[in-house]
Amino acid sequence: MKKIRGLPVPHSKNTAGCAPVEIPPPLEVTLPMKMHSGSPAKPVVAAGDHVKVGQLIGEADGRVSSPVHASVSGKVKSINDTDSVTGQKAISVTIASDGEQSVYEGAAPPPVTSLAQFLEAVHNSGVVGLGGAGYPTAPKLTLKESVELDYILINGAECEPYITSDTRAMIDEAEYVAEGARLMKEYLKPKTIRICIESNKPEAIQKMRGLIENDAGIEVHVLPSLYPQGERKVLVYNVTGRIVPEGGRLTDVGCIVINCTTAAVFAKYIKTGMPLVSRIVTVDGSAVKSPRNVIAPIGTPIRELFDFCGGLKDDVRKILLGGPMMGAAVPGLDVPVVKVTNAVLAFSEKDAAPPVPSACIKCGRCIAKCPMRLMPSSIENAFELKNLESLKKHKVNMCAECGCCAYLCPSKRPLAQVMTLSKNMLWEARQK
Amino acid sequence: MKNMTVSFAPHIYDRTTTSRIMRDVVIALLPAFVASVVIFGPRAALVTAVCVGSCVLFEWVFQKLMKKPVTVQDFSACITGLLLAFNLPVEIPLWQAVFGCFVAIIFVKQLFGGLGKNFANPAITARVVMFLAFSTTMTTWVQIPDAVSSATPLALMKRGEYGDLPELWNMIIGTRGGSLGETSALFILIGGVYLLIRRVITWHAPVAFIGTVFILAAIFGGEPMHHLFAGGLFLGAFFMATDYPTTPQTNLGRFIFGAGCGVLTVVIRLYGNYPEGVAFSILLMNMVVPFINKLTLRKALGGAKG
Repeated sequence: MKKIRGLPVPHSKNTAGCAPVEIPPPLEVTLPMKMHSGSPAKPVVAAGDHVKVGQLIGEADGRVSSPVHASVSGKVKSINDTDSVTGQKAISVTIASDGEQSVYEGAAPPPVTSLAQFLEAVHNSGVVGLGGAGYPTAPKLTLKESVELDYILINGAECEPYITSDTRAMIDEAEYVAEGARLMKEYLKPKTIRICIESNKPEAIQKMRGLIENDAGIEVHVLPSLYPQGERKVLVYNVTGRIVPEGGRLTDVGCIVINCTTAAVFAKYIKTGMPLVSRIVTVDGSAVKSPRNVIAPIGTPIRELFDFCGGLKDDVRKILLGGPMMGAAVPGLDVPVVKVTNAVLAFSEKDAAPPVPSACIKCGRCIAKCPMRLMPSSIENAFELKNLESLKKHKVNMCAECGCCAYLCPSKRPLAQVMTLSKNMLWEARQK
Repeated sequence: MKNMTVSFAPHIYDRTTTSRIMRDVVIALLPAFVASVVIFGPRAALVTAVCVGSCVLFEWVFQKLMKKPVTVQDFSACITGLLLAFNLPVEIPLWQAVFGCFVAIIFVKQLFGGLGKNFANPAITARVVMFLAFSTTMTTWVQIPDAVSSATPLALMKRGEYGDLPELWNMIIGTRGGSLGETSALFILIGGVYLLIRRVITWHAPVAFIGTVFILAAIFGGEPMHHLFAGGLFLGAFFMATDYPTTPQTNLGRFIFGAGCGVLTVVIRLYGNYPEGVAFSILLMNMVVPFINKLTLRKALGGAKG
């Protein structure tokens, strides 16, 4: 089996050595009710209510959903129905902090002695796929009878440049990561659990190895430091040799992939009763004066994270949520940290402008390096011709949107964007 | 605070650009260029300069007239000029060389849409056109001081004049009759290895091309070593069977392309009327590239049929 390699993108893990520091509680947090895929949570508080850290403010609505908890103590200022940045309809709860950070009295460790209780605890912890996908973890771990679970892969690859929040979770909250692995081992009963970490995180590897030394069936698996080793299908293929079929789930091949910070969050909840109310966020990029890792309450405006890190340089021109390969550029600093925000990056003018595309020279680099073995240049042709049949034939629906094609393209063609637009084009055609 | 740039991911890019790739190809052609000047004298430099200059000029004029963005700074016209010059005899009348450049840049490249859109290799096509249009001057070779005959080794082999063949070593370093840039297999190989190291090209097409010629020549013609070094095989295999737009995009496709070139080359050399078949074979294989691409579609990881 030939493993999927990937690209030696510059790692830029400048903050790997920075233990996360808690930022002072912000004056105000905005907690969107949809920080996950699936249906939004429903607010269970009203303006004027007093809430404390860890108190439920939004309950899950439907099977694929996740509860939301207050991340600061204070008074509910408003329930908003419009996103202030995008202008789109989205419900959020704004809490004015009283600066006390007093903890909700009801936050107590849940009793966990059975699979059902374990899954309930995972659900109540408010955790979702913290690697970026945001899929609620409880439904992910709720397996059909027919599933024969061979592997749980705990994803600590963190192959995106700059981001070190998972790295720090595997160092500073390593006990919780290990505990999360043990809980899954006990209740989900996979044959093997592998904690998968890229070779450029020696400290995390050492720490995790030490902690799971005496746990039978839990191992650390060292990956090459190449992007996108942490992409879930790539990870499954490289670690287990199994190929996830088109349109299928990872459980079809007996696998679950779960982010390491995700595992730490529900383990912490089961141990302490404190749900997901804050997270490690990497603050870095060429326009950040002193890059570091911070622990920020969910809902904190990203402005406060940059302010805590010495502020932004004058020539700042691009703000990213997430890493530079897959992260989203946002127009301003008022967006809140959400559950999946593993990094906020700010870049100076020279790093901000997208390059000017020139003609495709058919060099085939995008094809040679696509981890899903697609043909991006052919897909671009089909997209320009609006040839839906060809888009289907070239399996654009299987694109992982990792961005390798656009990263490599010597003509700097916006291939990743075209992949996403092509998927939308197919989706729209299906709606008709 | 000024407005932020909002663009689609990714937000970082590999340093490799089109012009950097093209510049690498130019660098890779320099050893063979120096060898050509040493072997054939200063006129080799003159022919090369005229070809490069007119290719760049034709591209510039065309793009100006058509009101298109001028892209001569990407070095691609420069490469076409170099490769065409390398395919010409050193005594070629300069106006004929300029005519060849016109065919390459205007007819083969720009009229099909410019860089990346042409289906046939401009330099190869121009060489074939010139070969048919100016068959006398295109096959008039100068006598190299060390060589017994001015004819190309392949022509000698075709006529059965094996006694006049230059030593194998002379064929490898290039002191033998032939086009000005094709004779020195050694210096072309140095450039080819540079391109492989810089990951501008992959090994598939050159190895398949040269390997097929060697094996088939050994089976059907004898003298496989002579077939390797006697003609334009190395120049074709490393620099023209690896031209991105006119060759397949997958490694398997590139291997098939190279092998196909090898078969056609040997067939023409052994059984055709012409002593050399590299240019014809590459041009013919250019035509079937879309079909090779179709045959060698990559299968998506886990992709269902249909």
